[in-house]
Amino acid sequence: MLRYVGQRLLQGAFVLWAAYTVSFFILYLLPGDAVSIMASGDEQNAVDPALVAKLRSEYGLDRPLYEQYFIALGRALQLDFGISIKNGVAATRSVAEVLPETIKLAAAGFALAVLLGSALATAATFSRNPWVRQALGSLPPLGIAVPTFWIGLLLLQLFSFRLRLFPAIGNDGAASIVLPALTLAIPTAAVIAQLLSRSLRQTLGEPYIEQVRAKGASEALINFGHALRNAAIPTLTMLGILVGNLLAGAVVSETVFSRAGIGRLTVTAVNSRDIPVVQTLVVLAAVIFVVTSLVVDLIYPLVDPRINIGKTAKA
Amino acid sequence: MTASTAAPAGAPLLTVEELKVSYLVDGEPQPAVQGVSFQVYAGEVVAIVGESGSGKTTTAHSIINLLPGNARRDSGKVLFGGADLTRLMRKEWQNVRGKDIGLIPQDPTASLDPLQRVGEQVAESLTIHRIQPKKAAREAAVRLLEESGIRDAAARARQYPHQFSGGMRQRVLIAAALAARPRLVIADEPTSALDVTVQRQILDNIAALTAERGTAVLLITHDLGVAADRADRIIVMRQGVVVEQGPTASVLTNPQDGYTRSLIAAAPGLSPRRLRRTVSPISPASAGDSPVAGKTPGARPPLVEAAGLRKVFSLPRAAGSARTITAVDGVSLDIRKGETLALVGESGSGKSTVARLLLRLEKPSGGSVLFDGQDLATARGENLRLLRRRFQVVFQSPFASLDPRFSVSDSIAEPLRAFAEGSPGEQRGRVAELLDAVQLPAGFARRLPAELSGGQRQRVAIARALALRPDLVVLDEAVSALDVSVQAQILDLLAGLQERDGLSYLFISHDLAVVQQISDRVAVMRAGKLVELGATAEILGNPAHEYTRQLISAIPGRQVLAV
Repeated sequence: MLRYVGQRLLQGAFVLWAAYTVSFFILYLLPGDAVSIMASGDEQNAVDPALVAKLRSEYGLDRPLYEQYFIALGRALQLDFGISIKNGVAATRSVAEVLPETIKLAAAGFALAVLLGSALATAATFSRNPWVRQALGSLPPLGIAVPTFWIGLLLLQLFSFRLRLFPAIGNDGAASIVLPALTLAIPTAAVIAQLLSRSLRQTLGEPYIEQVRAKGASEALINFGHALRNAAIPTLTMLGILVGNLLAGAVVSETVFSRAGIGRLTVTAVNSRDIPVVQTLVVLAAVIFVVTSLVVDLIYPLVDPRINIGKTAKA
Repeated sequence: MTASTAAPAGAPLLTVEELKVSYLVDGEPQPAVQGVSFQVYAGEVVAIVGESGSGKTTTAHSIINLLPGNARRDSGKVLFGGADLTRLMRKEWQNVRGKDIGLIPQDPTASLDPLQRVGEQVAESLTIHRIQPKKAAREAAVRLLEESGIRDAAARARQYPHQFSGGMRQRVLIAAALAARPRLVIADEPTSALDVTVQRQILDNIAALTAERGTAVLLITHDLGVAADRADRIIVMRQGVVVEQGPTASVLTNPQDGYTRSLIAAAPGLSPRRLRRTVSPISPASAGDSPVAGKTPGARPPLVEAAGLRKVFSLPRAAGSARTITAVDGVSLDIRKGETLALVGESGSGKSTVARLLLRLEKPSGGSVLFDGQDLATARGENLRLLRRRFQVVFQSPFASLDPRFSVSDSIAEPLRAFAEGSPGEQRGRVAELLDAVQLPAGFARRLPAELSGGQRQRVAIARALALRPDLVVLDEAVSALDVSVQAQILDLLAGLQERDGLSYLFISHDLAVVQQISDRVAVMRAGKLVELGATAEILGNPAHEYTRQLISAIPGRQVLAV
């Protein structure tokens, strides 16, 4: 077990290194480095070329590419991704400042998504009324198709401006998180509902379900005692990817609701070519992926006894 | 469960009256059961026998109202203990299923919830009907598992289905089906997915437990041999209609219907006929020598000679102490030109691995294989390719072994294309010839596998195997998935082709009844080792090894024959 986790962590370290390296070279290939962007920031005052050259050598930008890479990598290993070009503080600090806000938002969004998605899937599959099944079953594709920002704007219009139930913007208080979290949750909930209801329909056709029915089990026991657990497993596999979706969704949600957070930081950092911040964010995203997939794989054996990590299989 | 000929007395436990069921296929109702009537009396064992598509399973599932969504009962009555089950509401069914009528399913490997402990699944039969509270039910489940023949039941009850073999899972399902002491249990092909020796144990187990409790059994089977051994009465179904029913002895010895007679003739265990003359182990030139099975001088020349074959598989690292598993351990055998060697054993005995080694689909870990004098293990490149065309294989599943998007003629011509054998025109000619050889109409060439029945697909697979005129055809359980009457036709075809082309067959099977019909010699394998090898009549008539005796006594239908 420990050995398995160790192996996975090594793999994770490789993923982080790869993410860092690929983003480093991609950003390098983009026209203009940090200093030239800094220098060109203000067009009225042309910056002295000598000063630019001095700055470049100060940042090490005049050295060969491989040297730059290894120096940057060495620093990155000590969690030093450089100084944010925009506000002059460490890139890691500017990320850390807004991270809790996004974690709150993502956690709330995720919980909502799981709740909504499972409720929709079970209702759409277990309902005895074919009309209800049909109607509920057509909701997930709709939820996936509709763009996130549009959902956000719709919620904003309805609940903030018309009904005045929740604040439209900002990070203050629990009420401010409701609409952004809902915006974030809807597309993810739709994916969960889609996956889960397909998997439920398939599970309900399995011979063991018929066998439970042949024992005289009630529909409730069949559905919630047997089918749901079995059907949840394929959905669990997708959890890692769904968390990734949440990150992408946070960009939109935070922008629409003007919330401080990782999503909005990403947008501003990319717009202003704040490379140290962008790289920090890339590595952070990779960390989140690595950790989620590890957690999912560790949860697996708890849900499914057939999966046995690193333990001796007993006959 | 001895076949009693005395007419059952009193009111029947189950009465099925003029039952009609149809399936909705593409919006059109297709009749599956067309007016079936029969009775089952308390404590009786009644078998419904028929091929796939005969409506036997549909009939059985109608009794407990577990038909698939597209099926509809059009008319007819199902009376159980005097009450009409067809009038029951959804909730009322829950009190009948499991409590009054139990079901032992067809496929034990898929019929247990993979996420629930085995003991709980048995206990569930008791808790659902509030026969016992949870804790007592769990203890009862351990006793029930014990009665079903599961050793160390207390510990096993806490395990999950994947830790049980197919036969053991069926024992669990039997325990669950009988837990609430139903008055009738429906056993739907309870052993068709199991090895022949396990099959007998399971049927014995069902017989013992139901006899003890006085439970009536409705046994659904395609195997007349199984029905002959186990049932008091037999109902023969065909195309949704009962063609014959009566006490077992009279149905078997004095069948009234032509279809019943053909079923009896096709059942290998019931009519042990030879499909072809036994090939003499002595080549005609040296007929004067002593007829000893083995590599005596003058014997028919061997086509394949395997000596001391070993195959060791390494297990994934996580599997603990034993890192390797020896699938084949020191097997020596030979296949002579024009003969059929049967390789017999249960699943896991290593017989398929031996075949894969002989086909050079696996490299042996030790030992040697000579094909017509050439070493297969060291052959490579073009040499191996040329050898490969001389041995072909036909697999068990006619559904999985044909590319669903290839037409019949594409499938048969594929080996010809692979070896660039003749012009396209010549290939078409060869395909027509082969279709004719496997007795399929020429018009089948353009069909897709989905348009063919299982038996027809297997004929296509045989035609494909013969396309390159091989010397050896490996038949890996090639008839095991087929209905008995189709099985008999394919065996006839194989025997005819062998006669015509002088083919050698390696016939891999777990079914000794089929083996005795087709093979010249039999090799019996167990746990990777060859336990016995000799002439078919000798091995089956006078088995030297205890395991071979077990296999023989497990052939369904033998008890009846002995009478």
